[in-house]
Amino acid sequence: MIAELGLAVLWMAAALAALQLVAGALALRPEGGQLGGLVRPVAVMQGVLVLIAFAALVWLFVTTDLSVKLVVENSHSAKPLIFKIAGTWGNHEGSMLLWVTIMAVAGAFVAVIERRLDERTLIATLGGQAFISLGFYAFLLFASNPFARLAQPAEEGQGLNPLLQDIGLAFHPPTLYVGYVGLSIAFSFAIGALITRNVGPAFARAMRPWVLGAWIFLTLGITAGSYWAYYTLGWGGWWFWDPVENASLMPWLAATALLHSVSVLQSRDALRAWTVMLGVLAFSMSMVGTFLVRSGILTSVHAFAVDPQRGAFILALLAIDIGGALALFTLRVSTVTEGARFSLLSREASLVFNNVMLCGILGIVLIGTLYPLMTEAYGVKVSVGPPYFNPVSAIFAFPMLVVMAIGPLLRWRRDRLTGDRAARVTWPLAVCAALALAVFVGVETLAHHITLLPALGLALASGLFPASFLPLVGRNLRRTPLPVWGMVVAHAGIAVSLFGMASESAFSVERLAALTIGESRDVGPWQVRLDGMMPVAGPNWTALQASVSTRYAGAAPTVLHPMAETFTNPPGTRNESALQTRWNGQLYVVLGEQAQDGRWQMRFWWKPFVPLIWAGGAMVGLGGLLALLGRVMSDLRRLIAKDKIAYRRTRQGR
Amino acid sequence: MNSETVRSPMIKPKHQRLVLVMLALAALVGAGLLAAWALSRQASYFYIPSEIAAHAPEQGRAIRLGGMVQKGSIKTMPDGITIHFTVTDGKAQVPVRFSGITPDLFVEGSGVVAEGRMEGATFVADNLLAKHDEKYVPREMKDMVSARSKQGMAQTK
Repeated sequence: MIAELGLAVLWMAAALAALQLVAGALALRPEGGQLGGLVRPVAVMQGVLVLIAFAALVWLFVTTDLSVKLVVENSHSAKPLIFKIAGTWGNHEGSMLLWVTIMAVAGAFVAVIERRLDERTLIATLGGQAFISLGFYAFLLFASNPFARLAQPAEEGQGLNPLLQDIGLAFHPPTLYVGYVGLSIAFSFAIGALITRNVGPAFARAMRPWVLGAWIFLTLGITAGSYWAYYTLGWGGWWFWDPVENASLMPWLAATALLHSVSVLQSRDALRAWTVMLGVLAFSMSMVGTFLVRSGILTSVHAFAVDPQRGAFILALLAIDIGGALALFTLRVSTVTEGARFSLLSREASLVFNNVMLCGILGIVLIGTLYPLMTEAYGVKVSVGPPYFNPVSAIFAFPMLVVMAIGPLLRWRRDRLTGDRAARVTWPLAVCAALALAVFVGVETLAHHITLLPALGLALASGLFPASFLPLVGRNLRRTPLPVWGMVVAHAGIAVSLFGMASESAFSVERLAALTIGESRDVGPWQVRLDGMMPVAGPNWTALQASVSTRYAGAAPTVLHPMAETFTNPPGTRNESALQTRWNGQLYVVLGEQAQDGRWQMRFWWKPFVPLIWAGGAMVGLGGLLALLGRVMSDLRRLIAKDKIAYRRTRQGR
Repeated sequence: MNSETVRSPMIKPKHQRLVLVMLALAALVGAGLLAAWALSRQASYFYIPSEIAAHAPEQGRAIRLGGMVQKGSIKTMPDGITIHFTVTDGKAQVPVRFSGITPDLFVEGSGVVAEGRMEGATFVADNLLAKHDEKYVPREMKDMVSARSKQGMAQTK
């Protein structure tokens, strides 16, 4: 019953999306003006209906309804409740429903709260949103129905891949999806503005919070995903340049560029066509990513729910949506007039530089990700890994980071670095640069084994961190607007994260050992000892658990418990690493197999400052949140003031 | 617009847009060329044992080796963490050395893709990619020796 209800509601939502598109398209014509009033309520209703459909699917998973095909294939009655709920999107159909749900709810959200944009552009935007949604509804309903029943209910479900049975599954995919799909709003805004020929500061002001929101979720989703892969794969790595990871990085790069160009458009009315282009590009990258991941044309360590047949469907959607948007862009770009001018030494110029660098990195990542596909067409099989991605993207990333330190200190339009500006800008920056240089020289002279890239990273991070705070110098901190704080925190977060990455690759110590019980080893400053082995059991797994006592430089020992778990439904194993975090790094312990002679294989890493990678990512997200908060608060104040004026007017009988 | 901006080095709007577009294009083309050049040097090619036997890749270059783990070939060294085994595709064999924790489904007769480099006649692996779960087969393995791999997997089940 619930499954049929879910499917019916999904069809209704699809019908409403069609109505939203048609009404939106007609409302933009002079004779269809009355239809415009229909678009907002329909968008809201569509969001509500899809939410009901999604709740129905979650309910089916929670109650483990074994007459539903999807539940049988991906769930099991003995699974803990949290993984039953999270398992809803741990498979292809469920994750596509989550995608459509977020898309419709985001559309409804725009319809409810967006009041700044002029009505015509908003209608065009919601129409565009309905157009993209329709493609995904068709995909769900015709090619991947999550509510399909089995002719004969199964005895028991097949369970969920053990690697996915982790708390990370509850947070990482939904966060990332909100980010991916949130960019569809930016895409629709860009299309809406192109259709109504209304690209300007007002449009940018309306678009910015949506981009910011999606970008925050994308940042946090990538950060969380990286940490999840780090502790669950047991390889000690935090980024593998795997296609699935690149698929999330590419929209982030485009969204970061968009975020900055939108703020130029908003405050300076420059970069009009460029901003619209990035709006189209960002969501296109989400779709390309989804296609790459879902079609299985590239192999990934994180791949789940892969289905080659459906890849063709997404490819068709991709071609229609991106091709259509680019065609519209080409047709209308000539009507987007030139924006305001700026000189080479100005904040705009630095933002343009960083936008281009971000797009350069995006190109590098995209080419590297697709290269194996291109060579395969000629029968040559290759894989592309860190030896390509790390140095080549650094060529673009390092200059960008240098400009990131300078740009926020420059004035809009044009700046000159003489007289008092030298004291405000040049000298503080010179101090930061000297610091970076000192760190670089120090690293190179004291530690010869460190390669160039990590050494440059450490140096740049040390200079960038203090430089990020320079925009606050000379300001009254209590009256500094929240968006400025947001920028400072986010830029500092980049420096923090960079320091963690560079430190991890420069200073990590790895030890592989086969230990008998009672045996000790040194791992960098740590001393570790295998104390014993013990069998343990969880709700749907059994495991061998090691007790490892660890001492940092003679301090009091702590006991860690890495495990090798065996799952029964479906059969599978997972090595649960154990982590010991200190302020200056993390000890990472993995338990392997028992060798023939009875010794236990163990792998240890001491990774100095590695938690800074994710702490920095969280700071970047927090920076975005501060900027968004500042924006929401100023909007609220404006609304309240408006209401007050309206109230006084009515009281005075005007 | 005040008099200062008229005298300023700022250029006409139309020219500014042109300059921006040219700069962006130059950067993107540069990125593309750089990527192509780096890929031709850095991409790691996939080999099967008979290809290595026929035409060995240069020493030290990162490559991937795929094939079946030969029955009875896995030997653990006295340190307990280094293993030696042989990868075969039915026509040729390549000896492999690996230090580390093997993937859970790494057993004799199973398919494996090893990342590493040739040192002399031995392939030194940094990483072994065995199938992660029942459904996952390394992509390169799919069409390579699929009949053999099926047979091998059936035997080890």
